[in-house]
Amino acid sequence: MDAQIFFENTLNACVSGLVIGCIYGLMCVGLSLIFGIMRVVNFAQGDLLMLGAYAAFYLVVVWGTMSVLGPAGPFVAALLAGPMVFCLGWLLHRFLLSRVSGLRTAGSLDEGHFGQLIVTLGVALILQNGGLILFGSTPRAVSTPLSSAAWLIETGPGDTTIFLNKARLIACLVALVVVVALWLLLERTRLGRALRAAADNPTAATYMGIDVDRAHRIAFALGSAVTAIAGGLVATYLSFTPFMGIDFVVIMYAGVVLGGMGSLLGAFWGGLTIGFVQQFSALALPPQLQNAAIFVVFLLIVVLRPQGLFGRSADRA
Amino acid sequence: MRPGAFPRLRRDALIFAVLLACYVVLSGVVTNSYYQLMLTLVPIWAVMGLSWNLFSGYVGLTSFGHAVFFGLGAYTVALTMNAWNLTPWFGIPLGTVVGAVAAVLIGLPTFRLRGHYFALAMLAFPLVLLYVFQYLGYQEVSLPMKREQPWAWLQFTDPRGFTLVALGLLAMAFGISLAVENSRFGLTLMAIRQNELAAAAAGIDARRAKMAALVLSGAIAAAAGGLYACILLVVTPDAVFGMLTSAQALTVAMFGGVGTVWGPLIGAAVLIPLAETLHAELGNIIPGIQGVVYGLAIILVMLLAPEGLFWTLRDRFARTALPPELGPAPVLPTLTLRAPAAAGPVLRVENIGKSFGGLRAVDGVSFAVARGEILGIIGPNGAGKTTLFNLLNGVLPSDTGTAWLDGEVITGRPLHAICRAGVGRTFQVVRSFPRLSLLDNVLIGAYGAGLTGAAATTAAEVALARTGLAAQAQREAGALTNKELRLMELARAVAGQPHLLLLDETLAGLGREECEAVLSVLRELRAAGMTIVIIEHTMHAMLKLADRLVVIDRGRLLAEGAPRDVVENRAVIEAYLGRKWMAKTCST
Repeated sequence: MDAQIFFENTLNACVSGLVIGCIYGLMCVGLSLIFGIMRVVNFAQGDLLMLGAYAAFYLVVVWGTMSVLGPAGPFVAALLAGPMVFCLGWLLHRFLLSRVSGLRTAGSLDEGHFGQLIVTLGVALILQNGGLILFGSTPRAVSTPLSSAAWLIETGPGDTTIFLNKARLIACLVALVVVVALWLLLERTRLGRALRAAADNPTAATYMGIDVDRAHRIAFALGSAVTAIAGGLVATYLSFTPFMGIDFVVIMYAGVVLGGMGSLLGAFWGGLTIGFVQQFSALALPPQLQNAAIFVVFLLIVVLRPQGLFGRSADRA
Repeated sequence: MRPGAFPRLRRDALIFAVLLACYVVLSGVVTNSYYQLMLTLVPIWAVMGLSWNLFSGYVGLTSFGHAVFFGLGAYTVALTMNAWNLTPWFGIPLGTVVGAVAAVLIGLPTFRLRGHYFALAMLAFPLVLLYVFQYLGYQEVSLPMKREQPWAWLQFTDPRGFTLVALGLLAMAFGISLAVENSRFGLTLMAIRQNELAAAAAGIDARRAKMAALVLSGAIAAAAGGLYACILLVVTPDAVFGMLTSAQALTVAMFGGVGTVWGPLIGAAVLIPLAETLHAELGNIIPGIQGVVYGLAIILVMLLAPEGLFWTLRDRFARTALPPELGPAPVLPTLTLRAPAAAGPVLRVENIGKSFGGLRAVDGVSFAVARGEILGIIGPNGAGKTTLFNLLNGVLPSDTGTAWLDGEVITGRPLHAICRAGVGRTFQVVRSFPRLSLLDNVLIGAYGAGLTGAAATTAAEVALARTGLAAQAQREAGALTNKELRLMELARAVAGQPHLLLLDETLAGLGREECEAVLSVLRELRAAGMTIVIIEHTMHAMLKLADRLVVIDRGRLLAEGAPRDVVENRAVIEAYLGRKWMAKTCST
């Protein structure tokens, strides 16, 4: 009997890990554009995710603009959060990050990472506390009728039942579609090639006639937008406050580093793995410690996979 | 204490004492309890800023997680007071011990990381503790009120008492920071910040120095946290482990100026009153205003004055440095050489090898270097010359083979240990410490070799004189010409009194006359008894300088012998000029 409950729990952890993991994968893909490919450290990535969640919240709950779409409303709102945060990402890069990244810092001692860390820390503080001013500290949620509905699949020995939360499953599918679309954009279009070239080696790309500054701006804004969409999707199943970003920024960096720097799909698998870790930790740990578990996993990843595996191991003497 | 530091130390201590006295008078005059609290918070955050600066400012690894020490200090005080009825007068010192232990535990795994990875990893530590303390049920721990003899429990009816205690803590933190900044330890920390590899090659154990700095920094931050708990009387995980705590420590230090004791003081004196006043006036309407202020402050500083207010003001108002005075032609002082431990070759290398993936960068090379000889190493680009040096002085571990220095095995030992054993090294790309003076740059070499006090100063001065840089000793390294930088690197290696100098393309990028000047310095060093191995591309310089040449091609030793014989060797010409060229010239 206990064995069966254990089996059922494990199976459900697997399924929910897969579902949550896809959404984590999406946000990691957003960060991977910025950190993995462009090598810009963005500390405020979690707060862009928070903005995505609030964008969806305002579209659905406050302004009620999505009611015509019925149950699909929240998911469309999540997608609409993308273009909104795209504009913000564009402005952030135009006025702040372009001064501490890209061609300006190419070849400098630390590639400008120190400046990026500090500037984006400032942006994170402003977004978190500005969010508190604008949105208040009450936890919010974009609840839909689907949030509390589940499909039940009965399989296996005995009465093992798998619960599939409908909102989460749809969010997971939306995340997958966005990842595939982004991948096609980067691999198959001229814009995508320019972005990858500019990110890989800004100096060489300039000689090839690519407007590197513009390419970086698009990549940064795109990365911000993708993470914001993930934020909108998170909002459909989790309540959130303006300070939600700090938890997610750690998840995202863990995923990107785990998946291997510089690879979009790698970041997705990294995020998926983190989703599994989180859901499995729920089997063994009390809920308060689940986030602590993710941070410990993050520390283990960063410490046990030193730069040698995904970057230059030592500078040339 | 390092040479020349005493006048600056005395001046800084004096200014601080005057400011402290003014502050005490000010806090005596202010009666409004809200402003009194602010007057107490300024020194506390100045202490946090000093703590951050002591580690991140001098060592150059950005910490996003100083809240971890602050929080542990606060919880140590709160929990010991509740559980054991321990007065904070003991609780705070106990907290510093906890902070120091935490620093060791955090430093051990985290120092493997560099740059942004270190910053991100540090971020995770306080967040882990935040959740753990919530889980343990310490969401809100209040300090019990003590009605009798409140001062014995660090509780004052007059809030000015807290201000005085906070100022006492600040004076201690300032004193420690000042002592570190002006000590040999501080100089090694700054050397690590500016160039870790060069520091290690100069004999500095970077890991240990970083650990010492983090332990000191963690202890100070924990003390600040402990006192903070006493003032607020209640400790919550969010307040002490939260992001804002770490950010505030970093912001006050960066705003005021990184790498100077004055930075955190300036930052705290400007930002804390600003943020607190805004919070008091507008906190009800605009709850997150403090965070926004810190965010804006940090962005503006980074874009407008990246080194902070102190340095920007100093660069603007400080007098330009005096032109170097021309002394009489120097008499070359005698070089102190460490007594040779054994007869026979200084360096013996047997079958040393290193592969990068499938590429055999160095493939079973063996040779020996006799005492007092100049051995030249030549070979085409990518032949493995620099890699060979990296193996010999421990920048890279070797896969195969052994090297002996005076009969002692040096392969497999860390960089700084090999330097201390007597191998000095310069780099292909000059690795200087640009913000430090020439003398300080060279002193690091002497310190790294284990020399102390006057002996180190003498060794540095001798080295500067032997390289003809004595007149420039006080100039910043960032302002030197290429030739002077090359000579400075040479002087730094010589100051460590090595048995053997490894010089990597010391002549690269120099004009003919500059080249001659460096060559004569090298010859004089040899005449004084130094043994030198030098990598060089310019063949004519090599022919004039070297006693013997070793030729390396594709990781292998191709030829060895007197310079004239080697350059006429068929295999060598082939390696340099290619097989086709050989075939063409030989057939005609």
